[in-house]
Amino acid sequence: MLRQIEGSRAVAETVALCRPEVVCAYPISPQTHIIEAVGVMVKSGRLSPCEYINVESEFAAMSVSIGASAAGARAYTATASQGLLFMLEAVYNASGLGLPIVMTLANRAIGAPINIWNDHGDAMAARDAGWIQLFAETNQEAADLHVQAFRLAEELSVPVMVCMDGFILTHAVEGVDLMTQEEVDSFLPPYEPRQVLDPDDPVSIGAMVGPEAFEEVRYLAHLRQLDALALIPTIAESFATLTGRDSGGLVHPYRTDDAEVIVVALGSVLGTIKDAVDARRARGERIGVLGITTFRPFPRDGVRDALAGASRVVVVEKAFSVGGEGVVLTDVAMAVGGRDVTLHSVIAGLGGRPITQRALESVLERASRGDLERLTFLDLDEAAVSRERSRIAAARRTGPSAENVLYDRATQGSRVAQEQS
Amino acid sequence: MTKRPVRFYQVGSFAVGNRLLTDDQRTVQSDPNRTNSIDSGHRACQGCGEALGARYALDAAMRAAAGRVVTVNATGCLEVFSTPYPETSWRVPWLHSLFGNAPAVATGVAAALRVKGREDVRVVGQAGDGGTVDIGFGTLSGMFERNDDVLFICYDNEGYMNTGVQRSAATPPAARTATTDAVGPEPGNVFGQGKDLPRIAMAHDIAYVATATVADLHDLEHKVEHAMTLRGARYIHILVPCPLGWGSASSDTIKVARLAKESGLFPVFEAENGRVTSVSPIRRRTPVEEYLRLQRRYAHLFGAHPRPDIVTRLQEIADENIARYGLVNDETEEIPVLEEAKEMVH
Ligand SMILES: Cc1ncc(C[n+]2csc(CCOP(=O)(O)OP(=O)(O)O)c2C)c(N)n1
Ligand code: SF4
Ligand SMILES: [Mg+2]
Repeated sequence: MLRQIEGSRAVAETVALCRPEVVCAYPISPQTHIIEAVGVMVKSGRLSPCEYINVESEFAAMSVSIGASAAGARAYTATASQGLLFMLEAVYNASGLGLPIVMTLANRAIGAPINIWNDHGDAMAARDAGWIQLFAETNQEAADLHVQAFRLAEELSVPVMVCMDGFILTHAVEGVDLMTQEEVDSFLPPYEPRQVLDPDDPVSIGAMVGPEAFEEVRYLAHLRQLDALALIPTIAESFATLTGRDSGGLVHPYRTDDAEVIVVALGSVLGTIKDAVDARRARGERIGVLGITTFRPFPRDGVRDALAGASRVVVVEKAFSVGGEGVVLTDVAMAVGGRDVTLHSVIAGLGGRPITQRALESVLERASRGDLERLTFLDLDEAAVSRERSRIAAARRTGPSAENVLYDRATQGSRVAQEQS
Repeated sequence: MTKRPVRFYQVGSFAVGNRLLTDDQRTVQSDPNRTNSIDSGHRACQGCGEALGARYALDAAMRAAAGRVVTVNATGCLEVFSTPYPETSWRVPWLHSLFGNAPAVATGVAAALRVKGREDVRVVGQAGDGGTVDIGFGTLSGMFERNDDVLFICYDNEGYMNTGVQRSAATPPAARTATTDAVGPEPGNVFGQGKDLPRIAMAHDIAYVATATVADLHDLEHKVEHAMTLRGARYIHILVPCPLGWGSASSDTIKVARLAKESGLFPVFEAENGRVTSVSPIRRRTPVEEYLRLQRRYAHLFGAHPRPDIVTRLQEIADENIARYGLVNDETEEIPVLEEAKEMVH
């Protein structure tokens, strides 16, 4: 049923259709609307049987999910940013134990400086945590990915993180085709745990493992992730058969067939990128887009094949490894390794800075002219940066940089405005 | 010498022998059909109070719940000595997640059991003092506040033993640990405000809070069994001497635990809904010194450069406990400081 609905609400409704048995979360923007909505459904009895547990921290939220999952319940949680970092020890633990928890990550920047807006710094911080990471492009896909996530997680006994851009998706109202209970039930069988705490068959879970078996245990986890590379497209196909929608899967190429330049990205920014690419296509440029839906496990072959015809690849990403370069770029470079292709990393949208079609097109223009550097920061106020660098060079006690830059941009901005008026 | 009435206590321990009791009053451990929740063959040190306490506590919980128990364990000695792969000592369903999250994991297990309508299965969370008083404090308080249906047991050996005997918030003043060495003008751990978890637990007004020691295992079993008759959050704090960390003889674990109680340093009591309902009175009031002298972690208070001033401060703590809980009654005997000990102090 197509409804005009907030992204968070669509996710909450869909999660409820997945019949989670234990939902435990701790509020943090921009995830709050999701867990509030699920909470109301549990409290009113609409989602039943389900235990909704208000805890004192994200660390507890993930820990409760671990206990619930190990005791055989379907467990769901959601977080963002600082919350993900606060629970990170337990995030690793959940995957290490092979517990199929599903978590929504409403992507948000990580502080300091504290910032509630969207980027992918949080997801990238948990990149190596052993979770499957799926990125939604639209609210429809965000909703659909949750249904697929539970099935994927439970088939493989691996936790799955569904990443959706904070505010841009979570708070956007748009048309979403919500599934029916019958559809979800036909797609998602009841949870059959591979290991469970059961007095009739006592097992020890989470025992001490030394050098004699640790590597094998880790390697098995890697193999399960590789299994996911095969399973994810299958699940997406049966989902398409059921709903007619092309949600999920590993990668989504768009107009890449004859493309010389391909832009790679994750999440909601793909919409803007596609507009930019359409505009440039209209002007005769051979350019396309590759959306990566499954970031972990990284679909190396899928990315390599999709980029096979390109001589230039521009990775637009909302996070970077400070002191290194783009995180996604590193993986893309690995995928195209050995081929003669020029790679660019465009860091954009940090801390919620809007990524406009105009800014994107100017970068793509530079790329096609061949004068785009390997690493570029979109819309960076270089003057403000160099003023702060000069202040730091000139004196010792210059104070906190974040506040200096804020003040600088506010005052310089108004000076420019005054000068223009 | 005055004559005393004959009591049916074991000599020196005041424990009642099983043979004097009716079948249903006998200890869980005396039952040949007990569960052996932690089986033999684990790797705890000789005389480990934690291994002993956990065995008694869990078997008692198992008896009370007719074998329907799931346990959640924090990181620490108990977890490590019981489970190096491929061996496990646990004959109950057992989950170890992290050092600081056992109470929350236990909450999750309880929630899963409730949603599945399996309320016959009971959840017991366990951790050392570090996993309870320090790093797990937040999750424990959360579990108490929500009144989740979990019995949480702290095995208090007054330090981070698993990592090599470092100080925890449960380490007593003046005790030497690897991070509070017996050097400088104030040797050993600081005299802080303390962090009395049983009292903090009581402040949550939960159904049941109790303390116990491995010196009185019958009492420990009774408290666990009683706790299992209640629902909601419950907390038992068990003093478990650690021969390795305390520098006490492996054969003295019970004696050390008993003196902790008899000196007043470790009050043994029960509380329901935030109010103390019973205390175990001191039988023979023993100066703290006798307790301290059995442990090398206090050796710097005696020996060549004795610190009677510090011993006095520790005695004051014991006296305060005695006053707070009314641990001394008409039947309490006073044991004077050993003459020999006095000489060394003065
Ligand atoms: C987050 C984290 N910090 C530190 C450790 C290291 N560590 C493991 S067990 C332990 C001490 C355990 O002390 P306690 O809870 O008192 O149990 P005990 O070993 O004394 O029985 C420490 C510090 C850890 N495993 N995880
Ligand atoms: S170090 Fe202490 S607590 Fe740990 S096993 Fe040895 S005696 Fe027991
Ligand atoms: Mg300890």
